[in-house]
Amino acid sequence: MPFIARRVVFYLVAAWVALTINFFIPRAMPGNAVQAVMSKFPNLTPSAYRALEAMLGVGHPGSIWHQYWAYLVDISHFNFGVDVSQYPASVSSLLVQTIPWTITLVGTATLIAFFVGTALGIMAGWRRGGWLDRVLPGLMFFQAMPYFFLALILLELFAVRTHVFPLGQGYTGGLIPGWHWDFISSAIYHSLLPAFTIVIASVAGWMLQMRNLMLTTIGEDYVLAAQAKGLPNRRVIWTYATRNALLPQLQGFGLALGFVISGAIVMEIVFSYPGIGLLLLNAVTSNDFPLMQAIFLVITFAVLLANFVVDLIIVAADPRARAREVTR
Amino acid sequence: MTVALPVSTEPAAVPEVRRRRGLWRRLPTRAKVGALLLGAFIVAAIVGPMVSPYDPGFQNPSFGLSLHPPDAAHLLGTTQSGQDVLAQLLTGIRLTLELALGVGVIASVLSIVVGVAAGFLGGWWDEFLSLATNVFLVIPALPLLIILLGYLPQKGQLATIVVLSGLGWPWGARLIRAQTLAIRGRDFVAASRETGERTWRILAFEIVPNEVSLIAANFVNTVLYAIGASVALAFIGLADLSSWSLGTMLYWAQSQQALQLGAWWWFVPPGLAVALIGTALVLLNSGIDELGNPRLRNAGEASQTAWRKLRPTDPTPVLQAAPPPRSRLAGLLHAFSRSSLLDEQDRAGNRAGRSLGRTPGGDLS
Repeated sequence: MPFIARRVVFYLVAAWVALTINFFIPRAMPGNAVQAVMSKFPNLTPSAYRALEAMLGVGHPGSIWHQYWAYLVDISHFNFGVDVSQYPASVSSLLVQTIPWTITLVGTATLIAFFVGTALGIMAGWRRGGWLDRVLPGLMFFQAMPYFFLALILLELFAVRTHVFPLGQGYTGGLIPGWHWDFISSAIYHSLLPAFTIVIASVAGWMLQMRNLMLTTIGEDYVLAAQAKGLPNRRVIWTYATRNALLPQLQGFGLALGFVISGAIVMEIVFSYPGIGLLLLNAVTSNDFPLMQAIFLVITFAVLLANFVVDLIIVAADPRARAREVTR
Repeated sequence: MTVALPVSTEPAAVPEVRRRRGLWRRLPTRAKVGALLLGAFIVAAIVGPMVSPYDPGFQNPSFGLSLHPPDAAHLLGTTQSGQDVLAQLLTGIRLTLELALGVGVIASVLSIVVGVAAGFLGGWWDEFLSLATNVFLVIPALPLLIILLGYLPQKGQLATIVVLSGLGWPWGARLIRAQTLAIRGRDFVAASRETGERTWRILAFEIVPNEVSLIAANFVNTVLYAIGASVALAFIGLADLSSWSLGTMLYWAQSQQALQLGAWWWFVPPGLAVALIGTALVLLNSGIDELGNPRLRNAGEASQTAWRKLRPTDPTPVLQAAPPPRSRLAGLLHAFSRSSLLDEQDRAGNRAGRSLGRTPGGDLS
């Protein structure tokens, strides 16, 4: 099977596992957790109550396989059920409101951090022992810090002490969201500090990984041979060392993405940013399980999709991945 | 022009004392800093709650002690309800380290079981376990942890340890599987099989002891993951909020608007503690890495030959004796380092004909 086909099958399996786990968790949990949840919402209308019952698997609406099938059909229509804490809003309508914020902020900032980190890693690896190498331990401190704590510190410094940036929210209150300059400029202004947080917190990880990959690659014989041939340094760095070090770096990007996105989402809470993170916090504090489960699925699918894109890039960049047809 | 003499391969006779002292000095600064820092936190976790001046939950009713900045009586100030931040911090460090070590142990055991079984049994077992490992590696852990903990009726320390361990094994399992594949083909395993050893004996006495280094390094990374994840979970309120861990401290500081009230002494100490523990673990890991893999060392150390600093413009050095061989401790530390794991991993990966990624580091938060 070609590389990409195998990856597609793998992602389908992963997605199915996530869906199945999501289905069975409320049914497998010990005690009367489900009943406890239901009792917290005494004011639900009958139809919302039935929807909740169906989702949580109480009241026995048919056999478990029947429920499972109905659940898969619902998900395939993006029907995540009715939200219990903000009834009668549907879960998907809440997600649609918040996802664009998160994707724009977290997506852009993560890509910037990855590119900047990789570029710095190339430089640090090539000029081993240079000043970039020396500041690396300092950057590790930021890497070990939870994103949300870095966010708190930056807010303290830049919003509470000096009023350079706003103290959270996605845009200035009173503005009506839309495609006009007032709103867009306000949204960009409000997203600068969160984006900065993600970049600072994750850049060191990419940088360290790329630096180590560069050092390993530079030690290879073909790099020495290229230098011995008298090729200009620039050519040796880019086409010999960097190109080969980039492939494992990309693989690492795919694998670490779940961590980065999770961290960034928790960070959104600190900024009261109107993205998925704040929605998640509300869901947790109000025991809004349909919403929590939908957020889990959405994040999982986003990570799977991003991994698939990384695979496509790897296939485009790595002839070995294309040639690896029947290795097993 | 100087001509480089052939370097003697005989180990130089280095006085014992000099070698001992040299090792701590040759240990990269990073590893030293990491070890000292981690040691300090472990001491604080053990001794701290005993010498703590106040009870962390004690709410001082006196009005003036609400959100009091640090002074002599309260070294780190007080919270909104007059609780001593230092007392909470000391209890918090202990709880958080306990939890992280617990998760590290349980998740490591799971990784070993899954990884060794997949690598050693092969066939369908391997197909299935590898698939499960890779699936759980790609499904983001934090959102899943949130649902699991959300549904649990009580979210105490034990429940958190169980749930975090249940999702913390895939990285280790993957690395251990790769190394098991590499070891499985070695002669000593074949020999013990020929002599009729039972499978479990081969696993327990031949395979696993040869993976101790990998298991230890993986343990450090799992502890890092556990700290990050548990603090993040507590921060969004999924923990026993009546206990004092570093995460619940941050939760209360955030939910009672410490930032907006200007009470930096409330949220900076717990966050800084998390960051410093994490830094210590990262530094330790990467410092040991450097010790083992000379390619990763910085120029200052790498260009030392026979303890003399060299500049690129210097003439080719004439060596009288080879530098001393890596001491036993340094060799052991190298075995523990991540770079040695990656060597093994690559070898095993090539053998199995699969592509393997590199550790992304435990930057879950």
